[in-house]
Amino acid sequence: MLTVLLILIPFIAGLIAFGLKGSGPKVLGMIASLASVATAIGTVCTLQADPKKLSFVTNWIPQLGSQFRVGLDGMGTMLCLLTAIAFLLVFITIYNRDIERPNSFYGLMLLSQAGLVGVFTAFDALQFYVFWELALIPVYFLCSMWGGEKRIPVTFKFFVYTFLGSLLMLVGIIYLYFQTPDHSFSWTSFTSLQLSMGDQKWLFWLFFVAFAIKMPVFPFHTWQPDTYEQSPTPVTMILSGVMVKMGLFGVLRWLVPVLPEGASMWTDVAIVLSVIGIIYASCIAMVQSDLKRLIAYSSIAHIGLMSAAIFAHNEQGTQGVLLQMFNHGINIIGLWIIVEVIQNRLGVKNMDQMGGIARKAPRMAIFLVIISLANIGLPLTNGFIGEFLMFSGLFQYNHWFMAFAGLGIILAAVYTLNMIQKVIFGEGNTLTDTTTDLQPGETVALSLVVIMIFVLGVYPQPMLDLVSKAF
Amino acid sequence: MNALISTALSGVFLMFVGLFVRNKQHIKFFAIAAIIISFIANLALYPTVQLGGYIQFGMIEVSKFSVLFNAVALGATLIYFLLSGSEFEKVGEHVGDYFALIFFILAGVTLASSFSNLLMLFLAIEIMSIPQYVLAGADRKSLKSNEASLKYFLMGSFSTGILLMGIALIYGAAGTFNITELGLGADPVHPLALCGIILMAFALAFKVSAVPFHFWTPDVYDGSPTVFTSFMATVVKAGGFVAFLRMFHVAFAGGAISHHWTLILSIITAATLILGNFSAVFQQSVKRMLAYSSIAQAGFMLFAVIAINQFATQGIILYAAAYSLATIGVFAVLLKLKDYTFEGFNGLTRKQPLLALATTIFLFSLAGIPVTAGFFAKYFVLSAAIQHGHLLWLVIVGVLCAAISVYYYFRVIMAMYFKQGDPEVEPVSGGFKVALVLTIILVLALGLFPNLLIGCL
Repeated sequence: MLTVLLILIPFIAGLIAFGLKGSGPKVLGMIASLASVATAIGTVCTLQADPKKLSFVTNWIPQLGSQFRVGLDGMGTMLCLLTAIAFLLVFITIYNRDIERPNSFYGLMLLSQAGLVGVFTAFDALQFYVFWELALIPVYFLCSMWGGEKRIPVTFKFFVYTFLGSLLMLVGIIYLYFQTPDHSFSWTSFTSLQLSMGDQKWLFWLFFVAFAIKMPVFPFHTWQPDTYEQSPTPVTMILSGVMVKMGLFGVLRWLVPVLPEGASMWTDVAIVLSVIGIIYASCIAMVQSDLKRLIAYSSIAHIGLMSAAIFAHNEQGTQGVLLQMFNHGINIIGLWIIVEVIQNRLGVKNMDQMGGIARKAPRMAIFLVIISLANIGLPLTNGFIGEFLMFSGLFQYNHWFMAFAGLGIILAAVYTLNMIQKVIFGEGNTLTDTTTDLQPGETVALSLVVIMIFVLGVYPQPMLDLVSKAF
Repeated sequence: MNALISTALSGVFLMFVGLFVRNKQHIKFFAIAAIIISFIANLALYPTVQLGGYIQFGMIEVSKFSVLFNAVALGATLIYFLLSGSEFEKVGEHVGDYFALIFFILAGVTLASSFSNLLMLFLAIEIMSIPQYVLAGADRKSLKSNEASLKYFLMGSFSTGILLMGIALIYGAAGTFNITELGLGADPVHPLALCGIILMAFALAFKVSAVPFHFWTPDVYDGSPTVFTSFMATVVKAGGFVAFLRMFHVAFAGGAISHHWTLILSIITAATLILGNFSAVFQQSVKRMLAYSSIAQAGFMLFAVIAINQFATQGIILYAAAYSLATIGVFAVLLKLKDYTFEGFNGLTRKQPLLALATTIFLFSLAGIPVTAGFFAKYFVLSAAIQHGHLLWLVIVGVLCAAISVYYYFRVIMAMYFKQGDPEVEPVSGGFKVALVLTIILVLALGLFPNLLIGCL
């Protein structure tokens, strides 16, 4: 039942939030996200003790053979934990902000949380699809209502892209459904299918495009920098911290186990696309002057590495990806919190207008440096161990792929250090002189991030144990 | 059978009500009572057909399918009366007659869902069409309405002629009018029968406004009084589809002959999907956009006609319900606005949040987004096509077009929620709001539990 609770808490809280006024929604949001974190920790403990308790099955549409079937393994638990933590961090950061129409804002945020958890817990393909869309729609409204100047066309592009991908996946799901002997959508029926090579060859693309758009992998990424730039920063945190993991999760949960031969057939293509993404996005990140776009491109590069490592298809690579999904989520949210703070104080995103913030806001500067270093995978931070495993996985598959992907590390160091230099060091100007240091809420959120960075960096074993618990 | 009798009698009754009752509001209540009685009378047959249908007089087949489809058509009309019934009096003087004509159309629709004889098919199509020609021209003072009526009448007459010609050729080939005894599924294909089938396919494609027989649709829908457009585009169109589906599934399925018409209909479907969606993108008025979107939706319903399987039959019923509810709902909101362009919707959420929310949910349903009825409607017709096996290219075309459709449906949503404006909205009564909420609940209920409807089949 804990698993169902994970979906129900944000869903019901989200519906209630629409009807609240004043500071009601943000208090409710905080309570709901604390409850979600507590429940997620509960699922981690239950997974150690009795994993069967985390499964729940009931009839949904018997005529179609579709059931409401939720469950959690190590990967699902980790992602639900990440989701819960991410929303908590976001709500803590924005607690003191004035948001227009807070009831709709918090309502939509919580609904998208319910959708995300639904995706990570679904073991029925139709249910997976429904939640996949459900997570997207609130985000569409969030970006379009609270975003930047060009938000309407940009968010629309994002929506059409992902919707098209989802529809292709739906076609694949229906096709697989007809192949199952018992006509069911359950994950076990799907994974026990003996599909012919000819089928796997094209079915792979129906699923891959849907997941590649979400991650995003080159050349399906064009929606992402614009959307990250135009979205309100709390939503960008969710998009980049959690939502892109939906694509990686989809590959790990549905694509590789259901279409193993299809996946191995197109491995090289998928890895080449991912590696192109890494280098291409890193190069663009180096010449960005817009802070939000820079982080958006750095995110494409990081996700590219994860997607390449998944397709390397060996244990180390997969372990690295699982670990890195959590770590990348935490790190990128940390970065966005700082961007949010800077934007809140200065009102600009252009790095040329910044500088010298370290003197005015030393605490923020320290946090930015730590999180940036974790983001480029410095040893002792959480980013290191995940990247190490991924590179070693990729190395086992093909030296050349690893060599090219490795260029990403060097480029990441270049643009990250450049960003730190431009944003917090150097000479201040009249604008940056007005900066104030972190407020208590922001400090709490960033401290949590930094604690996780160091704990997981020094002692990643518990997380490795968790993610290696498969079904 | 019950539905046919009760709708026909209700039509006659309302003509007399129109003569004797002066208060137009009262006429509406009579109409609502009549539709509820017809709905119940129709459902009363359900227990008797639960184990299997039967044929009456060799002309009409009463089956679970027909009873369920009639229930959908009558239920959608009830929602239509509740939402838009008060708008009838704004069209012209003869409110009673308009209601009567609607009931006559319904008689045609119920006949279309249960004919078992080619003559009954012809009668069904005609009974559905003729009152529509009158309704299209109901606004006598408007030149556009007159033009719509004339255009519709002329084009409709041509297609009826083609249909009759097709029926004659098929009779010539098979020697019977009974659709279960035509025996055209067996090889080899009689050339006369093939010509007949092609003519029938064209005539029915005209009735459901499939490309390239769609040219009348935007002009007629745009010119007709808006309140009647929503009925024409939904219940009547669903009636056309059900006739189409019955004819091809019962009479022309199997053997070499189905290869011939499957190819023709596949091409028509692809053209309908592509043209309908692309044209809808370029419209400036929401009403015309909905006219083109109805062409696009027809493309999806054609999937069900081509794929002969259980999913197709379930799909057409679910599609009829989902599409009718959503379109009637959107039109009901449209009627409350003064300006039918996209800009007319700007900022609607600030002025009338319920109207904006309802429109959003209906448009989600039309676009086929999960937890609305439209998702499962699309799901079933796509499933039918995928199960058929040879139509995967068509499915991919359909999916790409569905992604395009998001563009024009979401333009309305963007206008309502993200743009500034002060739309002129007519006063909205409490009863209207209740009916709107009821429609929203139905759309969501079918979106979460489609087996409420298809479970009965």
